[in-house]
Amino acid sequence: MMTALLLFWPALAGILVLLIKGKGAKTVAFVAALVEFAFALFAVSGFDTLSAHAQFALNLPWIESAGIRFSIGMDGISLLMVLLTTFLIPLIVLSSFKHEYRSPNVFYALILFMQTGLIGVFVALDAFLFYFFWEVALIPVYFIAAIWGGANRVPVTFKFFVYTIFGSLFMLAAFVYLYFQTPGSHSSDVNTFYQLPLDAATQSWIFWFLFVAFAIKMPVFPFHTWQPDTYTESPPQASMLLAGIMLKMGIYGVIRWLLPVVPLGVSQWDELVLILAIIGIVYGSVIAIRQHDLKRLIAYSSFAHVGLIAAGIFTLNEQGLQGGVIQMLSHGINVVGLFFIIDIIFSRTQTREINNLGGITQTTPALSIFFMILMLGSIALPLTNGFVGEFLLLSGVFQYNNWFGGIAGLTIILGAVYMLRMFQGVMFGTKTANTDNFTDLTLNEKAVLIPLVIMVFWIGLFPNTFLSISEPAVGNLLNIINR
Amino acid sequence: MNQIPEVIRTIPLNYYLFFSTALFAIGVIGVLTRRNAIVVFMCVELMLNAVNLLLTAFASYRADANGQVFVFFIMAVAAAEVCVGLAIIVMTYRNIRSTDVQLLNYLKW
Amino acid sequence: MQEIVMPINKQEMALLCLLIPLLPLLGFILNGLGNRKLSKGIVRIVGCSTVLASFLIAVYLFFDFTANGSQPYIADFYNWISVGTLEIGFTFLIDQLTLLMLLMVTGIGFLIHVYSAGYMNHDEGFGKFFAFLNLFMFSMLLLVMGSNYVLMFVGWEGVGLCSYLLIGFWNTNTSYNNAAKKAFIMNRIGDLGFLLGIFLIFITFGSVSYQQVFLEASNYTGVDTPVMITITLLLFVGAMGKSAQIPLFTWLPDAMAGPTPVSALIHAATMVTAGIYMVLRSNVLYVLAPTTLEIIAIIGVATALVAATIGLAQNDIKKVLAYSTVSQLGYMFLALGVMAFSSSIFHVLTHAFFKALLFLGAGSVIHAMSNEQDIRYMGGLRKALPITFITFLIGTLAISGIPPFAGFFSKDELLAYTYHHNKIMWALGVITSFMTAFYMFRLLFLTFFGEFRGTDAQRSHLHESPASMTAPLVILAILSTVGGFIGMPEIFGAEHVLGNYLSPIFNFARRANGPAIEPVQLDHATEYLLMAVSVGVAVIAIIIAYVMYISKRTVPASEDQRLSPVHNLIYHKYYIDEIYNTLFVLPLMWLSSIFYKVLDTIVVDGIVNGLGKFVMVSGRTMRYAQSGAIGFYVMMMVFSIVLILFLNFFI
Repeated sequence: MMTALLLFWPALAGILVLLIKGKGAKTVAFVAALVEFAFALFAVSGFDTLSAHAQFALNLPWIESAGIRFSIGMDGISLLMVLLTTFLIPLIVLSSFKHEYRSPNVFYALILFMQTGLIGVFVALDAFLFYFFWEVALIPVYFIAAIWGGANRVPVTFKFFVYTIFGSLFMLAAFVYLYFQTPGSHSSDVNTFYQLPLDAATQSWIFWFLFVAFAIKMPVFPFHTWQPDTYTESPPQASMLLAGIMLKMGIYGVIRWLLPVVPLGVSQWDELVLILAIIGIVYGSVIAIRQHDLKRLIAYSSFAHVGLIAAGIFTLNEQGLQGGVIQMLSHGINVVGLFFIIDIIFSRTQTREINNLGGITQTTPALSIFFMILMLGSIALPLTNGFVGEFLLLSGVFQYNNWFGGIAGLTIILGAVYMLRMFQGVMFGTKTANTDNFTDLTLNEKAVLIPLVIMVFWIGLFPNTFLSISEPAVGNLLNIINR
Repeated sequence: MNQIPEVIRTIPLNYYLFFSTALFAIGVIGVLTRRNAIVVFMCVELMLNAVNLLLTAFASYRADANGQVFVFFIMAVAAAEVCVGLAIIVMTYRNIRSTDVQLLNYLKW
Repeated sequence: MQEIVMPINKQEMALLCLLIPLLPLLGFILNGLGNRKLSKGIVRIVGCSTVLASFLIAVYLFFDFTANGSQPYIADFYNWISVGTLEIGFTFLIDQLTLLMLLMVTGIGFLIHVYSAGYMNHDEGFGKFFAFLNLFMFSMLLLVMGSNYVLMFVGWEGVGLCSYLLIGFWNTNTSYNNAAKKAFIMNRIGDLGFLLGIFLIFITFGSVSYQQVFLEASNYTGVDTPVMITITLLLFVGAMGKSAQIPLFTWLPDAMAGPTPVSALIHAATMVTAGIYMVLRSNVLYVLAPTTLEIIAIIGVATALVAATIGLAQNDIKKVLAYSTVSQLGYMFLALGVMAFSSSIFHVLTHAFFKALLFLGAGSVIHAMSNEQDIRYMGGLRKALPITFITFLIGTLAISGIPPFAGFFSKDELLAYTYHHNKIMWALGVITSFMTAFYMFRLLFLTFFGEFRGTDAQRSHLHESPASMTAPLVILAILSTVGGFIGMPEIFGAEHVLGNYLSPIFNFARRANGPAIEPVQLDHATEYLLMAVSVGVAVIAIIIAYVMYISKRTVPASEDQRLSPVHNLIYHKYYIDEIYNTLFVLPLMWLSSIFYKVLDTIVVDGIVNGLGKFVMVSGRTMRYAQSGAIGFYVMMMVFSIVLILFLNFFI
């Protein structure tokens, strides 16, 4: 029941928010999101961290005649993803308080609807239910980006939408095929899928059908070109949703619906995927070095970071997978924080061009500290969250192949290059016309950044809090894959 | 009194086939060549009737009433079609003072 | 078989051990958060007292350690990261090496904190400065106290960050910021090597904690196996970055952009010696890879020589000291390379004394000269700055290797080992020693002797520094004078205190590859000869410098004068920065533009958009079939039906 509550509460709250005209909408949305986070914490408190199985499970008939069931539940990985989502959404809502969006009720309702979709993806234990929520999560963010986005929003969001839908169709096709392979009167349950005895050739093409869908969402090189444009044109909250949570859907999809379903397919193609991911790391980092639009820079850096997560996950060793899980949390926290800081800078200066910025740190000690911490987290300085993830991921990749590990490790250097360049350009140096009257953070802004920074250090100092939650699930996953 | 199916069966099946083919072909050619919407319409009816005839013939030869039931459906639908179709033709005539189908090419691209 | 003393778990010491890094961290948090609210007095007290407390605890630990039979112990706090078989504990190891480093870091760190209280007094970022210094202490202490490689890496990156923050301390200046960025990125290049080394250690030995790795390694059979060479080389790449060895040394001279106490603390005395600490810590791995050691020795001696030649022609007082630091670090690596491990740490120690002294003295000069750093505009300062002059002189004598100052003993010892190992390296080492003495005395003479060459405004402003600055100078001067006696060579009939003290940390190495690290036995005649040679060249260098800069009153050429080609080459640091810029930075920038503008926008996105366009174009073409003429549609329909029937029946 806990899972169902987590799943439907945001949707119900969203409907409520839709009915509220005027400024009350954001407050209600924020409170609803906080309540949702409280539910998630409650779920954590009742979660058995030693068990690898889905807990708080609910299994109801949905399309009975076809054997498709409304089956939800959370194992450790799902729980962490739910935790990330429920932690970030209130902050994302709070981060928008300084903006006056038109029709705020629709805006906040869409965010809450999206949360239902996201949580649905993370808790679904039935292939078609997963697919359903996968698409449900896409629609609200499309509207958020297309209605409240920048000047070039319509073609960009259209491309994003069509691109991702295009990928999902392959996934649907693969699911339908797998569904028909299940014995008896067919079932689309995740465990049934895990037990399908498919030959290597079949697994090989199913692998690609599923992989394309997930790769576009993550994105992995060369399926990434929707990302920088979309992040740049979206309103800050949509960028946060997309980068902070939505791209984790792709990684989560790989972990839950790709690796254990077609292990033979993975063993045929893992090397190629790793190469693509590692190309993405270097390629994204190198491109980020010369970007002068802050959002675009973060978009490329996010692309590079996700490449490392993808590479780590496909190594199929414990360090890589656990690193991937922890890095999903870290990346979500850091990227949301960075997008928010860009939003703060943009709302004060009306520019995101590094060349037009500078010297901000002179008047803003608080902003400098928060920005610095988030940047350091993002370049994986030890004792911040980024380090734990990158260390484990690189260790996993290195164990898979030493050379891959070495090349993927370039992210350590290149990440420092582009991040420091950005930080220096924005914060240091002399003031420009745009930054002349830059004021420090308001209370509202601090309220968003403080929880993020606490998490940066929490994950950095005590990663075992989170690693221990996902450990049994990851172990179980590896058992299934290596069966 | 002989049953109608038996009467029908007094004529060989082939004749029905040839006849309906001829009717159908006339209908097709009419649709393709005529410009007047009403004539085109009548030609469509002609094609429908060719099919009806064939259905009836087969139904009685195979002693299967389904075919004849079908004919009734087709007639009912055809009647409905005539209602709508003629209404459209009347409306277009009111608008463009013509029933020439070649002029009705606005619905494109 | 050498008996190995494994560290025991000593939880009762945990709190004390934890306090050592935690106190500076506390200072960082207090000073950092209260940056603009706390008064300077409070900042000063918080900043200095936390480090002093750490130093006192370290002293206590040291005596406690020796009193309890020198039993190494670990203090376990919590399990930091555990994934599968990878267990990384937040655990400190206290042994001889750690304690030595602790005393050095906190002791010199404290002196420099005191000095900074005077030096930075007029700076508006006073609180920020102390916060960063404290953070540096925290990171450096983690680095030396951690009981596994990952924890060392934590401190390793932490000191890199502090170095970045402190070099770019005056962050309105773009060139300072660039220097900071360069330092961080160059360090990160090394860090990647270190990180990969850690991974390989984990794969090879199944653990990253020192005890287990070293125990496994001491049972390792085979010397110079590829995997050992790779591990040690990767770790050494890390050391190259942090300790500014060829080819990653160019950041250190640029790092002089930071405030002078920073140059003294981070870029001379402590952080840059982290690389030596790391190699020394991993001595068992290195003795299993003599090839790596040979490479280290070559790089060390090359760095020493190259940096010394550059130092000959520099006119910025801090740049000269920076290059001398690089050069001395080269010596230390040379010592490591010839397996003179304890000589290396001996030199680290004495170098920390005299180099901190020299930098702080330079800071005092700069302070007096109103931020003038160019020695061409100094001169005759000995009267105005008597304490600074005397202490600076002691530092200079120490670095030049004049007995009985500290530098003599350590340098002589490592050169003796080098002589035993390879005569050519020894010769190069002696040449470096000659140049060191020359450029240091050139610096001394130009700064403190002769006529004052600055402006009148500077002349009227000349003053000796306040007590908080001179007191550390005096203490360091004393240490630089007597520091060498902890490592007296045997021929003077004294005990090598340091060598005996550190001996247990090489037990693993003795077990792994015993013959390799046997102490060198030179006969006394050779040893006296070597000493005479090194003292002799130093004295000759001093005389030449005296003749040139005091008797002939030569002043280095000003910027617009033409220099001889060789002079020009070393004045411009062999154009290494320019070469790196052309070889690495520009191609990377170029690649970035190409990737973005061509590959990403045109090729990858082009394919994606191309697919979209294909759909659009085909739609646009196909729509002409939709003519709107009913007759045409019907005809197409009939044709199609006929075609289908035809295909169906006849094919």
